[in-house]
Amino acid sequence: MTRQPAYDLSAVRADFPILARPIRGKPLVYLDNGASAQRPLAVIDAERRYAMETHANVHRGVHTLSQRATDAFEGARERVRRFLNARSTREIIFTRGTTESVNLVAQSYARPKLQPGDEILVTRLEHHANIVPWQLVCEATGARVVVVPISDRGEVDPEDVRRLISPRTRLLGIAHVSNALGTVLPVAEMIEIAHAAGVPVLVDGAQAVPHMRIDVQALDADFYVFSGHKLYGPDGIGILYGRESLLAAMPPWQGGGDMILHVSFEGTTYNELPYKFEAGTPHMSGAVGLAAAIDYVDGIGLENIGAWESTLLAHAHARLGAIEGLRIIGTAAHKAGLVSFVVDGVHPHDLGTILDEEGVAIRTGHHCAMPAIEFFKVPATARASFGLYTTLEEIDRLAEAIETARNLFR
Amino acid sequence: MDLKDLYRDVILDHNKRPRNFGVLAPPAIGAKGHNPLCGDQLTVYVNLENGVIRDVKFEGSGCAISVASASLMTEAVKGLDPTAFAALHARVHDVLTRHDAEIPTDLGKLAALGGVREYPARVKCASLSWRTLEAALAGAHAVTTE
Repeated sequence: MTRQPAYDLSAVRADFPILARPIRGKPLVYLDNGASAQRPLAVIDAERRYAMETHANVHRGVHTLSQRATDAFEGARERVRRFLNARSTREIIFTRGTTESVNLVAQSYARPKLQPGDEILVTRLEHHANIVPWQLVCEATGARVVVVPISDRGEVDPEDVRRLISPRTRLLGIAHVSNALGTVLPVAEMIEIAHAAGVPVLVDGAQAVPHMRIDVQALDADFYVFSGHKLYGPDGIGILYGRESLLAAMPPWQGGGDMILHVSFEGTTYNELPYKFEAGTPHMSGAVGLAAAIDYVDGIGLENIGAWESTLLAHAHARLGAIEGLRIIGTAAHKAGLVSFVVDGVHPHDLGTILDEEGVAIRTGHHCAMPAIEFFKVPATARASFGLYTTLEEIDRLAEAIETARNLFR
Repeated sequence: MDLKDLYRDVILDHNKRPRNFGVLAPPAIGAKGHNPLCGDQLTVYVNLENGVIRDVKFEGSGCAISVASASLMTEAVKGLDPTAFAALHARVHDVLTRHDAEIPTDLGKLAALGGVREYPARVKCASLSWRTLEAALAGAHAVTTE
């Protein structure tokens, strides 16, 4: 186990101006990266440069700036394609985020196909964004959501997927990494099982992309979705990767500019991929910022980031596990860099306030994954989630702040 | 800001040993309150006699602020009619939310809730039980603070 990352941690921390900001008079310990990660100067500068030197509307004008903006926007798409190892930029759709990506697939892929009695299979540990869009299309069509159970450790057994896939299963929706528990799911194996039954798979990669290299071809995912702001990029921008043959057969979801070739009141011809799914002026500066974020994490190396976060996780499990009355929720063998926990006698919400007083930012609540949290028979948990800039000392400060809370409530 | 301004001894005590914790059987009126953000859920039961609150109890789970506020409320409202309760509720609401307001000296233990005003995210916790009792008195049966 390395006690140092393969990159210069203090140099990396200096790339993130907000980390130097004091909170309540104490140095900020930012452990809410699972909710949203902070942005490096490279991202902030890329968005600023776009606004100062490049901005105009894309795909519309013959003038110089419109062409430059289009180049920047489409360059960002190519950067995302390379990041995911997709076959073509036609498979990369810009959205507002993970949630919108899932809704797009639910409305445009699933809804037209679903018949009464059909099934959408999801796991119990999904984020609400990978539950509710399916419930909406099921309500509209008479289909139903079927749930793959989780174990006491917060793991999903691929054999349960095999068992629950039926002739009525139309899609499997799975998180790559659980946002509430940290579990890394065996998605490649689950995709293989689903494909053997002819079932396409959507992978919610929101919590995976900041921690590990994703290769959508190696995974053989049909849809893979994530958000920019959890990858040290801007908020308001996200990605839907879709297999081209599936996207090509799907009707547009929203109508408007950019997604059409020709409009008349007799009928409208839709644009080709990926523009068919990008109605209206897109979030151009967001796309540019996302590409800069991808350059940034690739510059450090996702393998290096993942290795350091494993060290952080082991340290957190050791430090937090030693606190009397603290119970870690989610103890899967394979976890990403986050720890959900509860402390006897201290409600998570009180814990969040007390930790904040110590400058330590964590998330408390149900983490938009109520079925997963309720499985563990707790109303809420506290969650510390790490990033590439997190230090071992910050985890020590977390542990000390938890002790402060315990002493206050003794 | 000191944590002890929020978590005063009165608050910690009422969180650890909530008063009037339990159920009142019908004809007592019950109402449920829910704070989806933090998962706080409580039910407030109230018995009116000759138009005044004769007994009040609560049960449920929540953070220290919501449990202590509910417990303190049950001690403070017995003997009040709905109009007097509404007046007290309004005064407590000011204590919870108005930075510029003096904490009235005649509020007794309820003044301990004054630390909440420095923590805007926690106002909902402290007000949940009050809004739930308000709903019970008005005959509504579910309250959410979202």
